[in-house]
Amino acid sequence: MAKLKIEDLKRIKESTKGTVNLRDGEYRVKVTVHMGTCGIAAGARKVLGAFRAALEESGANDVILTTSGCAGLCNHEPMATIEVRDAAPVKYIKLDEEKVQRIFQEHVIEGRPVAEYALSMGSETTH
Amino acid sequence: MEDLSLHILDVVENATAAGATLVEITIRRDQSRDLLEIIIADNGRGMDPEMAARVRDPFVTTRTTRRVGMGLPLLEQSAQEAGGTLALESQPGRGTRVHATFQDSHIDRRPLGDIAETMVTLLLGNPEVDFLFTADFGDEPTVIDTRELRAELGQTPLTAPDVLRLIRETIARGVASDAAADQEEDGGRNDG
Repeated sequence: MAKLKIEDLKRIKESTKGTVNLRDGEYRVKVTVHMGTCGIAAGARKVLGAFRAALEESGANDVILTTSGCAGLCNHEPMATIEVRDAAPVKYIKLDEEKVQRIFQEHVIEGRPVAEYALSMGSETTH
Repeated sequence: MEDLSLHILDVVENATAAGATLVEITIRRDQSRDLLEIIIADNGRGMDPEMAARVRDPFVTTRTTRRVGMGLPLLEQSAQEAGGTLALESQPGRGTRVHATFQDSHIDRRPLGDIAETMVTLLLGNPEVDFLFTADFGDEPTVIDTRELRAELGQTPLTAPDVLRLIRETIARGVASDAAADQEEDGGRNDG
């Protein structure tokens, strides 16, 4: 059955040498996908996967991607909160892979929130 | 929940929210007993007997944002629909162990789903937590121990895209052989 090869890990370790590892507080943008029971049932894992793919494709190294629990607005799931440093955090609702593509490009990369997918702006922050 | 991988994601999120630093996730199939088991054991803060007894009630939760908690009741429902059970052991300060069983061949047994994606999601969302993942389908088990990976990787984080991809592929391969077994059963049992 499947085994994870130590040589593969060594290769990755070599290839990431010298690249910057972001520590908390060093990022420009933080993307949080809400991964409570409600979010998971509504498709939050797919949404996180779409953000992960977009992030990998962009090659951006100043963005961190994480998850949190239920935001208390279960009927609006899947949701994500995007925090750009020194800007109001934006909560996006009823996300799907297509919306994620656009939000990633316009908000995360270019810094322009996508108002039509947002529920609210500036309600809370984690930093 | 559409499949078992989403239940696993949900219950493990509970474990990490309970302050666990290590979560052991085991998926085990015993063909001779027609049994599929999911065991999630954490070293989080645990529950007192009163809370543990009430937690299967959907109107019980530790959360403050709303007053209902659906995670364990939904998993129990999925287990019972497939002729299985849900057992819960918990000790304050020691952790919690959730053990769900399913009759493997039961027509209402939900599919495993994308287990690899669940693990990658958990690693990404809980970078400070260690996971011991075991998929044991009767052959040699697939094991991912993030403590070993971290020791090997040094400064490189587990959440580096290349590391996540490697973990994803390893689990997907391990679970793929299970999907093949599922098909074999569908197409008439092959005892050879």
